[in-house]
Amino acid sequence: MPSIVKPTAAHPSLVRNKLGLTIRDYEGSMSTLCAGCGHDSITAAIIRAFHESSTPPEMIAKMSGIGCSSKTPTYFVNGAHGFNSAHGRMPAIATGAIAANRSLTFIGVSGDGDSLSIGLGHLAHAIRRNPKMLYVIENNGVYGLTKGQFSASADIGSKPKKGDPNRMQPIDPMLLALTLGATFVARSFSGDKEQLVPILKAGLAHNGLAIVDVISPCVTFNDHEGSTKSYISSRKNITRVTEMDFVPPEQEIIAQISPQGKTAVTMHDGSVVYFTSLPEGYDPSNRLAAYSYLSEQQGKGEIPTGLFYVSTDQPELHELNATPDEALVNVPYSKLSPGAAALDKLMEGFR
Amino acid sequence: MHQTIRVNDFAVKLANVNGTGSASANGLLMTAIFRMGIPVCGKNLFPSNIQGLPTWYEIRVSGDGYQARALDYDLMVAMNSQTYARDIKEVRAGGYVLYDSSWPLDKSLSRNDVTFLGAPLAQMCNDAFGNPRERILMKNIAYAGTLCALLSIDMAVVDALLLEKYGMKQAMVDSNRKALMLGYEYAKEHLPCPLPFRLATMDANSDKVLIDGNTATALGCLYAGATFAAWYPITPATSVMDAFTKFSAKYRKDKETGRSNVCILQAEDELAAIGMVIGASWAGARSFTSTAGPGISLMNELLGLAYYAEIPAVVIDVQRVGPSTGMPTRTQQGDVLECAYASHGDTKHILLFPSNPNECFHFAAKSFDLAEKFQTPVMMVSDLDIGMNDWVTPRLKWDDSYQPDRGPVVTKEDLEGMAKYFRYSPQDENNVPARSLPGVHPKGAFFTRGSGHNKLGVYTEIPDEYQEVVDRLLLKHKSAAKFVPEPVIERREGAKFGIVSIGGCDSAVREGLDRLADRGIAADYMRVRGFPFDEPVERFLLEHDFCFIIEQNRDAQFKALLTLETPVPKEKMVSLLFYGGFPLSAKNVVDGVVTHLEGSK
Ligand SMILES: Cc1ncc(C[n+]2csc(CCOP(=O)(O)OP(=O)(O)O)c2C)c(N)n1
Ligand code: SF4
Ligand SMILES: [Mg+2]
Repeated sequence: MPSIVKPTAAHPSLVRNKLGLTIRDYEGSMSTLCAGCGHDSITAAIIRAFHESSTPPEMIAKMSGIGCSSKTPTYFVNGAHGFNSAHGRMPAIATGAIAANRSLTFIGVSGDGDSLSIGLGHLAHAIRRNPKMLYVIENNGVYGLTKGQFSASADIGSKPKKGDPNRMQPIDPMLLALTLGATFVARSFSGDKEQLVPILKAGLAHNGLAIVDVISPCVTFNDHEGSTKSYISSRKNITRVTEMDFVPPEQEIIAQISPQGKTAVTMHDGSVVYFTSLPEGYDPSNRLAAYSYLSEQQGKGEIPTGLFYVSTDQPELHELNATPDEALVNVPYSKLSPGAAALDKLMEGFR
Repeated sequence: MHQTIRVNDFAVKLANVNGTGSASANGLLMTAIFRMGIPVCGKNLFPSNIQGLPTWYEIRVSGDGYQARALDYDLMVAMNSQTYARDIKEVRAGGYVLYDSSWPLDKSLSRNDVTFLGAPLAQMCNDAFGNPRERILMKNIAYAGTLCALLSIDMAVVDALLLEKYGMKQAMVDSNRKALMLGYEYAKEHLPCPLPFRLATMDANSDKVLIDGNTATALGCLYAGATFAAWYPITPATSVMDAFTKFSAKYRKDKETGRSNVCILQAEDELAAIGMVIGASWAGARSFTSTAGPGISLMNELLGLAYYAEIPAVVIDVQRVGPSTGMPTRTQQGDVLECAYASHGDTKHILLFPSNPNECFHFAAKSFDLAEKFQTPVMMVSDLDIGMNDWVTPRLKWDDSYQPDRGPVVTKEDLEGMAKYFRYSPQDENNVPARSLPGVHPKGAFFTRGSGHNKLGVYTEIPDEYQEVVDRLLLKHKSAAKFVPEPVIERREGAKFGIVSIGGCDSAVREGLDRLADRGIAADYMRVRGFPFDEPVERFLLEHDFCFIIEQNRDAQFKALLTLETPVPKEKMVSLLFYGGFPLSAKNVVDGVVTHLEGSK
């Protein structure tokens, strides 16, 4: 962990986004993670994604559970509200916050322990409720913060630093998400920013729960020959299923210049995701096909990445619950109390 | 045998099989008596089962207005042959048993100190109704008709109730009327109507309603302006959210758009329910959950998070019998300590103890003000007896001048004028710092954490910095003592000792005090309504030589809390504990007090 203080002055050549903000405006405090930790690379991609999406920092809510991964919201967008909550409970806490204030842009950061063990039930039910949030699982196959125990995503044969290899079936968040009906299912690798940033941006634009599994090597406990989530193994076995571009709404026209060979998916805010599918005929709108492709490839020891599945027409939390367009936190009390006269009238029915 | 006539002062117990439709007949009787202007109390003693097990309903009529159970049954309506033996045993000497004489009663069940009244209810209904389901349902209405004759229930009132209930469904009105008259006319012809204990119209209920505590609680949450609720089904708390959902559909839905100014989520478990509530409160919505003991157990971790990170949360705990699954449909006060100190580490919560539906309404609303004023979880600790039984209670009234007390919250304007905002300092006169809500202003951005933090909200592992924050939290909790509902204290001339209780003990204790007075034993009474305890609670305990602490659990949890949280020596407190699962009666109180006084002579 380097102990230098980052310079805060923005470099004049730094690109300004629609709000006139530079990438510096989306940075956070110094990371306290191990040098080389995959999570820090994801943080850098998140910073870029927010900057490029021109999200006002104060309108961002950063939710997380507990773990090295869940610490990272401190390391991006200092100007946003954050909630580093309790181990595994982030999806529930975020769901409440999203229900209360839909005008915020939510990102949930979690780990494989946080989301696939202690919080698996909440993840599953968040998928059902489909709240609008980018949900990033920083997946290293171990519990980093408690020093290297296997997590539920550890692959069969994965070797811990000490002790015997794992022999139990891993829980794969992508297959799980597809089975449970998730509306946005993507995977990337912490070391592949060119792919990760557009996926994160598309996830932020998605009108529902966008689950992004990011393979993120833990250099301290899970980055050695025997680990399938090490840098070496990831680099060797990762294949991109879909190449994708994310085009914000106002650039639509320019991007449409060369749409050949691409599949375009328009998100609810007017932004467009363009896919170039690598395997012949891969269709990101076909849940079943995505499921079989993933299980087949993973059976061969490959780690496919990309946006595997997206559906833009399923109801999200607020539509499911028929709440108003206005954030509930902004509804004035005068609209909430039925008033004394209504109670008097109601009481007649209790006589 | 000559019997004196007793008007508006008796107890009837109805023994039924659950799932056979007896609940609506019993409710009909209760409401009819209420409409006759007579003080009445109904207790549903039901099993944790959907169909086929014994279930009882008690109706106590008390012109004097007593609301507790009476254990001396004047009349047993024995409609469940499985439980004949124990039911018949429970009737007081000189009392009556009404049974279904479609089948002969086994001789061995006979008692010569009670009068058996037979009515061939099943047979009459079989003859009158073709549909087998209807035969079973209408048998209940038929016994209601018999009771109308036996107890002089006003038939016009009953008829009006049937009309209100079934309204447009003429067929339902007709069959109910028919069954009612079958039972009524049979009684008039064959039974000694009316019995020596009977009803006569009064005018005690004009400013009263008949409502259960959970419905009243839901109304309190609605009127307080709750816009978010999350829950997981559990007896006896489920009807809080059922009612809240119903009222929300009625009062929060925009007729044109069909959208509701509230979001109610049925969570996957209680961990999620409290998590969602904390998330919604953190974002600035008034939010609550309702649950029972098993749910509170699951919520422990996150209640600590809300306590330490200073996030409001309202929890309605409708207590049932523990430990573990315990007896889900029976009542107890077994969550007092668990609620007071829920979660690991040094945590203390604000508790409110209502004792009737009227207080459920007002305390539920108050919970939101306290939760936001003190930025911490507030638990309203009710119980099954209060929550699920219908009570005659003063009409619920709302004051339109009410404005929510949101506690210290920095506004956009505040933030604009600030050099820098810190979440945990400065603090107000109650040791509460100002919250900033997400999305309001860039300067208000704050990183909430359940991990160690200093008064600026920054992560810390430094002992002094950590302690400074948790010490303030303790002061904050103490400050809340002045804001929870004050104890209700009633003094009697010549009192030698005090009686102290909480929540659902109240009606039995009040009646017990009168019965003790009849015997020349005078006691002062204090009902505690909130925690942390304020100075009057301490004073009452200290100024008496000793006090009985009456509560419904095995381990004297309320007494333990008084011992821990006041300087009162524990020798001054004598426990009277009742924890079998049925609501308390005055007899329990009187026997307990008298036995102790005699034993210590
Ligand atoms: C209720 C509870 N149990 C256990 C812990 C201890 N704990 C902290 S982080 C963690 C695992 C984190 O693993 P993961 O989510 O994969 O995050 P990583 O550190 O690998 O990024 C555990 C078990 C806790 N904080 N809370
Ligand atoms: S222990 Fe592993 S996961 Fe945690 S910071 Fe270090 S490298 Fe990252
Ligand atoms: Mg991990």
